[in-house]
Amino acid sequence: MTAIVDYGVGNLFSLSSSLAAIGEEAAVTRDAGEIAAAQRVILPGVGAFADARRKLSESGLEGAVLSAAESGKPLLGICLGMQLLFERSYEYGEHAGLGLLRGVVAPLAGRIPAELPIPHMGWNALSIVRPGGILKYVSQGECVYFVHSYAAWGCEDSLCATAEYGAPVTAAVQRGNIYGCQFHPEKSSRAGLAILRAFCELGGGPC
Amino acid sequence: MITKRIIPCLGVRDGRVVKGVNFEGLRDVSDPARLAAHYSGQGADELVFYDITASAEGRRLFADALREVARTIFIPLTVGGGISSLEDFDRVLKCGADKVSVNTGAIRDPSLVREAARRYGDQCVVLSADVKRVDGRFRVFARGGRDDTGLEAVAWIKKCVSLGAGEVVVNSIDTDGVKGGFDLPMLEAVCSAVDVPVVASGGAGCAGDFVELFRGVPRVSAGLAASIFHFGEVEIPALKAELREKGINVRS
Repeated sequence: MTAIVDYGVGNLFSLSSSLAAIGEEAAVTRDAGEIAAAQRVILPGVGAFADARRKLSESGLEGAVLSAAESGKPLLGICLGMQLLFERSYEYGEHAGLGLLRGVVAPLAGRIPAELPIPHMGWNALSIVRPGGILKYVSQGECVYFVHSYAAWGCEDSLCATAEYGAPVTAAVQRGNIYGCQFHPEKSSRAGLAILRAFCELGGGPC
Repeated sequence: MITKRIIPCLGVRDGRVVKGVNFEGLRDVSDPARLAAHYSGQGADELVFYDITASAEGRRLFADALREVARTIFIPLTVGGGISSLEDFDRVLKCGADKVSVNTGAIRDPSLVREAARRYGDQCVVLSADVKRVDGRFRVFARGGRDDTGLEAVAWIKKCVSLGAGEVVVNSIDTDGVKGGFDLPMLEAVCSAVDVPVVASGGAGCAGDFVELFRGVPRVSAGLAASIFHFGEVEIPALKAELREKGINVRS
């Protein structure tokens, strides 16, 4: 069973539907016990970093996410959920992240050519630098759906894939049992479902 | 590099897909979930649903149709039509929409854009503008293209982007339904004024019109059309093959 952490950020309808579509039992949950009992945990998120960070701690679920990470079970952060895994974000000020991955979150603006639209919105090709893991069913150059204005930088030690948007933008990361993708697998059609399937096949800790 | 998006647009009335030509003469086309599955299978990059009913019963049927689409189709879904409050945003987001487009609702109360962006994030708020030339100037029209608001289009769009709209759909009333190609001068004017993605709408008649769109206005992120897809005049796989052949990057 996969727990989708519901801490009041964003719309989890598509994510739970996409897990159902690949035959994975999933629970959208605010219950720390259920997160502890799950084999895998997904940390979703859209919106602003500071707001999401505050809601995660106010929901009382930050501890459950950190325990899941520590227990060795697979943890997947999606979009802003991935950004929360890093050390710090510079979105409207400076905010501490969960510190599960090395690197910082900072704006695309100033790091990509000025003529490119922001947000980075649409389907972009994955350039896979470390195959396997959640990318094991995805081919080099396959497109996935992105929508973000901030990105993770300085995360070379966990980098699995980038997408070219005037600069190589962090697309997927992994260190140990901690996984992240900047794009939305639940909105990325076949490629996205293949990524979720690979994640749901990861063994994980004791049930 | 990021791909150019091809977006079929589905107008929905009482839970069924329709398409107006110049916003009049609606025709019943198909079941939303079936049409959505068809387009997704063909390689559509995103779908837009406009609810053109206003009745409570029509809204309920629309919500049911949208939920069914979102349960089975895993590409981005944008919903518009009759969005005039945060409650309206909430209503369609709960049914599985990823982005919500505002048009007349934003004209009535521009703070809706700011409030929605604050609550749901900029990426969720799409400004849709129906634009028509009046005395040689681009003007914004409201209520499905019926009312001249007197607003200058580029200034209006810039204002909404500064309030938090994360994407803009520019629908040219002058070219809509004519099938003579997209309104390149209008799109160029908007693209050079804002830094968010711009979606072109109104005027597509054949695959070549999309080639001219992306060549003529390289800054445009996506092309949107309805009837040419619904009636099979342009098939998305053939359209993408032609774009690719002309050196335009699209998702396979």
